[in-house]
Amino acid sequence: MLNMFEVNETNKMIEQEMLDVRTITMGISLLDCCDSDLKSVNEKIYNKITTVAKNLVSVGKEIERDFAIPIVNKRISVTPIAMIGASSCKTPEDFVTIAQTLDRAAKEVGVNFIGGYSALVSKGMTTADKNLICSIPKALACTDRVCSSVNVGSTKTGINMDAVALMGKIVLQTAEETKDNDSLGCAKLVIFCNAPDDNPFMAGAFHGVTEADAIINVGVSGPGVVKRAIETARGKDFEVLCETIKKTAFKITRVGQLVAQEASKRLNIPFGIIDLSLAPTPAIGDSVAEILEEIGLERVGAPGTTAALALLNDQVKKGGVMASSYVGGLSGAFIPVSEDQGMIDAVAMGALNLEKLEAMTCVCSVGLDMIAIPGDTPASTISGVIADESAIGMINQKTTAVRIIPVIGKSVGEMVEFGGLLGYAPVMPVNKYSCEKFISRGGRIPAPIHSFKN
Amino acid sequence: MNKTIITVVGKDTVGIIAKICTYLANNQVNILDISQTIVQGYFNMMMIVDINEAAKSFGELADELEQIGDEIGVKVKCQREEIFTKMHRI
Repeated sequence: MLNMFEVNETNKMIEQEMLDVRTITMGISLLDCCDSDLKSVNEKIYNKITTVAKNLVSVGKEIERDFAIPIVNKRISVTPIAMIGASSCKTPEDFVTIAQTLDRAAKEVGVNFIGGYSALVSKGMTTADKNLICSIPKALACTDRVCSSVNVGSTKTGINMDAVALMGKIVLQTAEETKDNDSLGCAKLVIFCNAPDDNPFMAGAFHGVTEADAIINVGVSGPGVVKRAIETARGKDFEVLCETIKKTAFKITRVGQLVAQEASKRLNIPFGIIDLSLAPTPAIGDSVAEILEEIGLERVGAPGTTAALALLNDQVKKGGVMASSYVGGLSGAFIPVSEDQGMIDAVAMGALNLEKLEAMTCVCSVGLDMIAIPGDTPASTISGVIADESAIGMINQKTTAVRIIPVIGKSVGEMVEFGGLLGYAPVMPVNKYSCEKFISRGGRIPAPIHSFKN
Repeated sequence: MNKTIITVVGKDTVGIIAKICTYLANNQVNILDISQTIVQGYFNMMMIVDINEAAKSFGELADELEQIGDEIGVKVKCQREEIFTKMHRI
């Protein structure tokens, strides 16, 4: 039978170390909402979401109460809208109406974000893809809860550099459209390489076409728990350190697995995957940077940071896979700047720069995340950053992403406040030298040699 | 069997167990196991109970126990057993 020590350990994780389930994300396929008439597409989408996800929030709250574990977010991801709107949307403005419908549906069912205003263009763009991409700045400016993502490359297809060039401009336009809010629109826009179909985390979540009609994916969190656990391994060798992280990741993931199974049972929707990511928040003690510092770095960004992050990411995966029957999504450690107090401090004191963050993305679970840069950064430079990050993903067969915010009207060193879980960040300097000629070449970068595995 | 874990933490005083147990008995909740210690004046108790025959729903029991806790100055928490067994048993 359970003993008091075990019960207290779990409750200490929840109460003091901020263990929580970061999100229950319901993936909903909208493929059956396609229609040639725009009005009826919008109607079908609204009806489907508000029917399938009707009980999502209330069931989330029930589970929260039964286990006394906070479930921070309840969210929805849908099939990439570029596909759903392809036969009815002739202009970017037509697509914006779908974004508004998604926003309305999200508010009706009470979820805080809805992802899937997306296009998958890793090899080429259809007219619909292009229209959707061009509609992103407007769509994100006139909605509150819609998140958008664009997949511009993969290991199998190479990198669509036309899309990369376009996305540089779209990021800037989105910043411009939402400049009254510190360019907040860009915080809801992710550019991916190797985007997974079953990611429960925003802003990059969408419901892949390979998925079932509806599915429950769960993202767990718990950087604070890992940090507290490895405090006991101070001064010990790497074997002890890695074992400690692994055991802790196992425990955290088991909670996610339990919540996912319960949610799936109560909503009568199949369980998809657990995403075992360590997702920080701006709250003190909920930071991935603090884990890296506990491993032995004076500050994140110091030499050794990439190695420390690599071992952390790997041990989290190793501990997590045994705890869950299905693992997917991004699974690893997130290193968003504005959402992690330790990262914010490191940037503010000059310990961490964009180049080091890029190196870290080679071994973390996603990529350059929630980074504020000066608003006067040229579109081609933003495209260059996207291309670099995509190349890392393509060559290393991993998911990489860019969520970068050129803050209109602000320059290096100024603070930007996004609010809530999105946090705040100092504006970081970007390399001043141009890559204009490189980006304007057009076409695509061929798939790497190791993609030919057949 | 529908097992629930009740934890009680707070400053020690006379009658904490009596209060909680009376409430449980009145609501047909069967106690399977109790462990309790005092550390530096702080009361710490864990109970494993069966709520299968209980007159009220889990939610009501949890809310009312929390209320009783507030009255006597301790924190009472109800959780379904699975969160602990999942985490600590393979």
